[in-house]
Amino acid sequence: MTSHFLLMVLFSFFVALVFAVLMKDEPRAQVRFGAVVFGGFILSALVLGWLMFPFPF
Amino acid sequence: MRADAAERVESGGLVLLTLAAWLVPGSGHLWLGRRTKGLIFLVALTAMFAIGLALQGRIFPFEASQPLVFLAAIADLAMGLPYLLAWALNLGQGQVAAVTYEYANAFLIVSGLLNMLVVLDVYDTAVGRK
Repeated sequence: MTSHFLLMVLFSFFVALVFAVLMKDEPRAQVRFGAVVFGGFILSALVLGWLMFPFPF
Repeated sequence: MRADAAERVESGGLVLLTLAAWLVPGSGHLWLGRRTKGLIFLVALTAMFAIGLALQGRIFPFEASQPLVFLAAIADLAMGLPYLLAWALNLGQGQVAAVTYEYANAFLIVSGLLNMLVVLDVYDTAVGRK
């Protein structure tokens, strides 16, 4: 797999999973927190990628 | 739960617990009876490390002359047994030309850093802070 986007999604999933399980004890809170972290990773990566698009390097 | 964890640590030893938690990701939580958390850490962190190796990542050497490489080596070492196995089997040579090289290093380094957090969580749980 060489797609940077898919690798970023995979990376975000694992990090969000570990953070959620680490920070929260209740399953529902873990799912909610994990979803927020995962979404935050994806959204910020897309926004930063879009902002950096015009850069020549 | 707090009392349970503290009682188990007194009999097992805090040093041994944190050492086990470092050596095998998730084992500290399993030791303390938190099976679900332990299994998730074991699977997720080991998978991240394995993916990093599969994507041609590099196990960084301890080179004091290159501070960033040295820090990356510490992060790699934090994975415990998977790191030691990869080192013994001569895996993680790293292919700089591979398109996945940087992502692979991110997987390898972050898996170790997350394991550090997991070990700290085990310690906090064991002493009754959580």
